[in-house]
Amino acid sequence: MSNYTIDNFSSLSTWFDTMLNSYMPSWLATTLECLLVGVGLLLVYSVLALFYILYERKICAYFQCRLGPNRVGPWGLLQSVADMFKILIKELISLNHIDKFLFALAPYLVIVASMLCFAVLPWGNGLQFIDFNIGVFFLIACSSIGVLGILLAGWSSNNKFTLIGALRSGAQMISYELSVGLSILTMVVFAGTLDVGKIVEAQADHWFIFSAHIPALIAFVIYLIAGTAETNRGPFDLPEAESELTAGYHTEYSGIHFGFFYLAEYLNLFVVSGVATLMFLGGWMPFRVAGWDGFNEIMGYIPSVVWFLGKTFVISFIIIWFKWTYPRLRIDQLLSLEWKYLLPINLVNLVLMVFIVVEGLYFGK
Amino acid sequence: MANLQETISAKFPEATFGEGEILPVNIPDAKLHDLVKWLRDEQKFDFLVTIVGMDWVSSMGCVYYLNSTTTGQYISIRTETTDRDNPMLHSIADLYHIAGIYEREVYDFYGIIFVNNPDMRRLFLNIDWVGYPLRKDYDATPEINPVSVENERQTDHTDVWEERPDGTIKHSRPRIFAEDDFVVNIGPQHPSTHGVLRFRTALDGETIKKIDVYMGYIHRGVEKLCEDLTYPQTLHFMDRLDYFSAHNYHHGLCLAIEKAAGIEVPRRAQVIRVMMDELSRIASHCLFIGTFCMDLGATTMLFYALRVREQILDIMDKTCGARMTFNYACIGGVMQDLAPDFVQDVQALLDTIDRNYKEYNKLFTGNVIAQNRLCNVGVLSHDDAISYGITGPSGRASGWACDVRKTHPYAVYNELDFEQVIRTEGDSMARFRNRVDELLQSKHILEQLLTMLPEGDYCAKVPKVLKLPQGHWFQVVEGCRGVFGVYIESNGTTKPFRLKLATPSLPAAAVVDHITSGQKIADLITIGGSMDYIVPDMDR
Repeated sequence: MSNYTIDNFSSLSTWFDTMLNSYMPSWLATTLECLLVGVGLLLVYSVLALFYILYERKICAYFQCRLGPNRVGPWGLLQSVADMFKILIKELISLNHIDKFLFALAPYLVIVASMLCFAVLPWGNGLQFIDFNIGVFFLIACSSIGVLGILLAGWSSNNKFTLIGALRSGAQMISYELSVGLSILTMVVFAGTLDVGKIVEAQADHWFIFSAHIPALIAFVIYLIAGTAETNRGPFDLPEAESELTAGYHTEYSGIHFGFFYLAEYLNLFVVSGVATLMFLGGWMPFRVAGWDGFNEIMGYIPSVVWFLGKTFVISFIIIWFKWTYPRLRIDQLLSLEWKYLLPINLVNLVLMVFIVVEGLYFGK
Repeated sequence: MANLQETISAKFPEATFGEGEILPVNIPDAKLHDLVKWLRDEQKFDFLVTIVGMDWVSSMGCVYYLNSTTTGQYISIRTETTDRDNPMLHSIADLYHIAGIYEREVYDFYGIIFVNNPDMRRLFLNIDWVGYPLRKDYDATPEINPVSVENERQTDHTDVWEERPDGTIKHSRPRIFAEDDFVVNIGPQHPSTHGVLRFRTALDGETIKKIDVYMGYIHRGVEKLCEDLTYPQTLHFMDRLDYFSAHNYHHGLCLAIEKAAGIEVPRRAQVIRVMMDELSRIASHCLFIGTFCMDLGATTMLFYALRVREQILDIMDKTCGARMTFNYACIGGVMQDLAPDFVQDVQALLDTIDRNYKEYNKLFTGNVIAQNRLCNVGVLSHDDAISYGITGPSGRASGWACDVRKTHPYAVYNELDFEQVIRTEGDSMARFRNRVDELLQSKHILEQLLTMLPEGDYCAKVPKVLKLPQGHWFQVVEGCRGVFGVYIESNGTTKPFRLKLATPSLPAAAVVDHITSGQKIADLITIGGSMDYIVPDMDR
């Protein structure tokens, strides 16, 4: 990787790899590295989830003229930690008349799907857990596993509310997956690659949302709407519409099993925002303008991780803003929004993008 | 009224008449259905206000209160049966939609069977309850009806007593739902039923086929309790019905007792009572706006609406000494004078109303999602609104000008300038917007009251031991959710012989089945929310 920012993790990882290899056989070194990466991934995952819970609670509190959590730790910073501890020590209530195996499996499917997506994100300059040539494809594939977990959760709970919640969720996520996929595909057409690293690299001088102008903007808006729906967040939180279905598909879950759904929901918010950052806002790439070398250098002083997280949090803020402003849609309105509006617009947009790429009607690349 | 009396006696020679502010007609049971049908069709008595079940010891029966929405005239019809073991009267459930529910209530408490009512179940009590509690000879020994620790007993069947053409009665037990219906229990513990109310909902996918409303989970038997209390004591139950209309309901019962006892209320007390009514109305509508939007997923609106309500509760706190369940109005006036900075606080509140009104409309009413969720959802036609007895803002959203403050003004309402907010769409959006708009009307009323607040006594001299003369009285007032009616029958002692409370929430919940059929589950929440019922108000 080149030196777009002051931090460059590729040199660090190369040094670490060489160092390990000099002390031990290469199979051991690889195993150890895999282990470390796995532990690191899990740690970052849970820390981010805690942060997001607090982040949303604080934001919504300010929207609602409240203070939000402010008792545990300074500014309520330790509130999430306390909540996590509470959820860890809670009893896993075992129910009769349920399919025990599927019931226990469902939360793991949901959280594994969200972790796999999480791993593909471009965290920083040279800092990526998995970087391979079908990164975007892998991301879309993994995110689809989540819906399976939700369907299983609803079905195996043997409860009418969870069943309705799960069916709603299935219909909703499968529909909106199309829009998410198509809007990402539109950008892939522009980037010409499925490789996450290369997509970021391609945005060094202009983020895609600027260089691919109109179709990128359309794709961005559609992606935000569909992404919100994909994560089951308001105004598309029908699967768990508490005023209709109590808690939807996870009504019967308790303890850490419920915690998994809860974590996955927040982390999906992060993943959706992260993918938006990757596809439209240049991933970890700083805001650079071709030719303005001094400006670019100053921007480069901000570490790439900060750039990535910053952009992601801003997009999450927008999605949270949706949730705390709009009322919830009804299931038929939700589906007609997708199939009658978003999908046709998306298809036309894809053609437009192809046309622009073929004719070269975009700003530098 | 004499005119109506003559027409009735010409048509129904069996009818006898009593004396009273509202013309009391006595009619034998056999002619009841014909008389009510004639009154409804020919004399335009299209609104059944309430059915009062009665046990006069020598006989049992009902008093029906009818109202004409065109002339505003009231009439009361009394019918009775001397058979205590197996009392039967004819049903009028085919004439008024709401009559079926009211008759179920009478059946529940008095055991009077209504012949031809298509659904003759108990309304509030468990199906295995022994005895009929409001009968004068009811045995209240706890051992007879012990508190059950088992699951709630329930049945999928209802009872029907049908009259054959030859005059014999046939009893049958049809099913409530079809045999293969997918029935979901929404409630009694559910975030959106606004209390302990249970909808058994038959679903076809997401579409609602039929709803069966179960009430009575928090029924406290207020009417029965009142029979053992003196008149001033009965007042304290009024704030436990619709706890947001506490002042309005107190006002209603006070008016009825004062009318019966001939007590003149000082003008200052009247103005104060009306002020409290209108403050309650603003607080209640604000709470409605907040919770309704929250049901639809717009959680933030709750806090914006509660902000205003909070200010009102503070005002109440200073004057009445409580933030809920206010015991402020008393017989003859109000308990104590206004707090010293009352006027100033109300003024400060009124200054914020316009700003909040704009904000609510900007944030929610105009929102495209809200429009899609509310417009044309749960449409209640004008005639159905009257037949179901849906009063208050919900009735006015269906184009029915049913505001008691205008049609039968009490206290100082006839001196005040305000509009009835009427919309004709009859959908959830109209019901929502009516309540938002009523904020402005109440504000306008309060502004006038602040300028006309007279000096003087806040309570009249009332005898320490209050006895009402023999007779019966009926009084209606406008609660926050609609028409609240009080029926008092006195036998000349310090305690009411019968106190019947006709509340607006019971019809509001009963109509839910009618306006949700064919809509989605999500619409049940919208519609239930927009009817704005309060569970303790229907479970009295």
